[in-house]
Amino acid sequence: MISDDAPIWTIIVLLGIGTYAIRFSFLALLGDRTLPPWLLRLLRYTPVAVLPGIVAPLVLSPPATDGVFDPARFAAAVAALAIGIVTRSFLTAIAGGAATLYLALWLLN
Amino acid sequence: MEGSTTKSAFLRGVMLALPFTIVVAPFAMLFGIVATEAGLDLAETMGFAILVIAGAAQFTALQLLVDQAETWAVLAAALAVNLRMAMYSASLVPWIGRAPFWQRALVAYVNIDQTYAASITAYERDPAMTVTQRIALFLGTAAPVAPLWYLFTVLGALLGTGIPDAWALDFALPITFIAMVGPMLKSVAHVAAAATSVALSLLLAGLPSGLGLLAAAFSAMLVGALVEMAMERRR
Repeated sequence: MISDDAPIWTIIVLLGIGTYAIRFSFLALLGDRTLPPWLLRLLRYTPVAVLPGIVAPLVLSPPATDGVFDPARFAAAVAALAIGIVTRSFLTAIAGGAATLYLALWLLN
Repeated sequence: MEGSTTKSAFLRGVMLALPFTIVVAPFAMLFGIVATEAGLDLAETMGFAILVIAGAAQFTALQLLVDQAETWAVLAAALAVNLRMAMYSASLVPWIGRAPFWQRALVAYVNIDQTYAASITAYERDPAMTVTQRIALFLGTAAPVAPLWYLFTVLGALLGTGIPDAWALDFALPITFIAMVGPMLKSVAHVAAAATSVALSLLLAGLPSGLGLLAAAFSAMLVGALVEMAMERRR
């Protein structure tokens, strides 16, 4: 649960402004300016650099099981990753991960 | 005449974006559910959906809020997830950079993964389009996506806490993020970046919440860029 004194609206508004600024950035400037190649090279990797780092601790020690490794959740994560790599389809990977999770939870409990 | 071709460009955008609604609706609903379960009220949940309108960043902020991370760390991590949109912004400039300021400002608000991907593909396929038609097409791609994003977030928030623990919804976020990452692993450099991110986030898990993630993410971006340069040199 989120704590009651978390500055939620501050985060929403600043995140909204920051996200809009990122989206507008180059469109707001005049002329045909582009990003320097070294920066483009770094930016290319932001999603694959951030998202796995968020997920890894949640997969190995899920808060729902008080941090104890859960084979069902681990199997679901592996399935979603494998299906995503093979099919290149976000929706198929979600469906496969969810199906694996429920099947494993049912088999292991 | 100009009016009718603008309208047909808008409608073409709508048609291009229709398949994406299958992805957007459940993703929005999931955010509504997970945000409500985490303790956000309807106004806060909708604040995220309308002001931020970026699924992965919204989920990132939510997860770090649950982890009681510092405010600056929540913002830094969620904005890092959105940095890719600076690339979208830059790559749109040659196509719509000459449109009036207010039109570019409007496009920026709905410059998300799906609208960008659909529009840039259409621009490249049909370079004869006028700037006005390109703007109309972009806004057309947003027309089905943005309202569905709001609507299904509301539906999810209303369903929210009524969902039993046995559904294991705690794991909806990890599965969603993994499903996003899988299709992105299209080169050795991407795999190296993702592996670095996993390894360092686990090693640095003892740091205050958010810090370990930022250090892991920044290192992973560097690794991705360095591996890409090394691969290019080999060729």
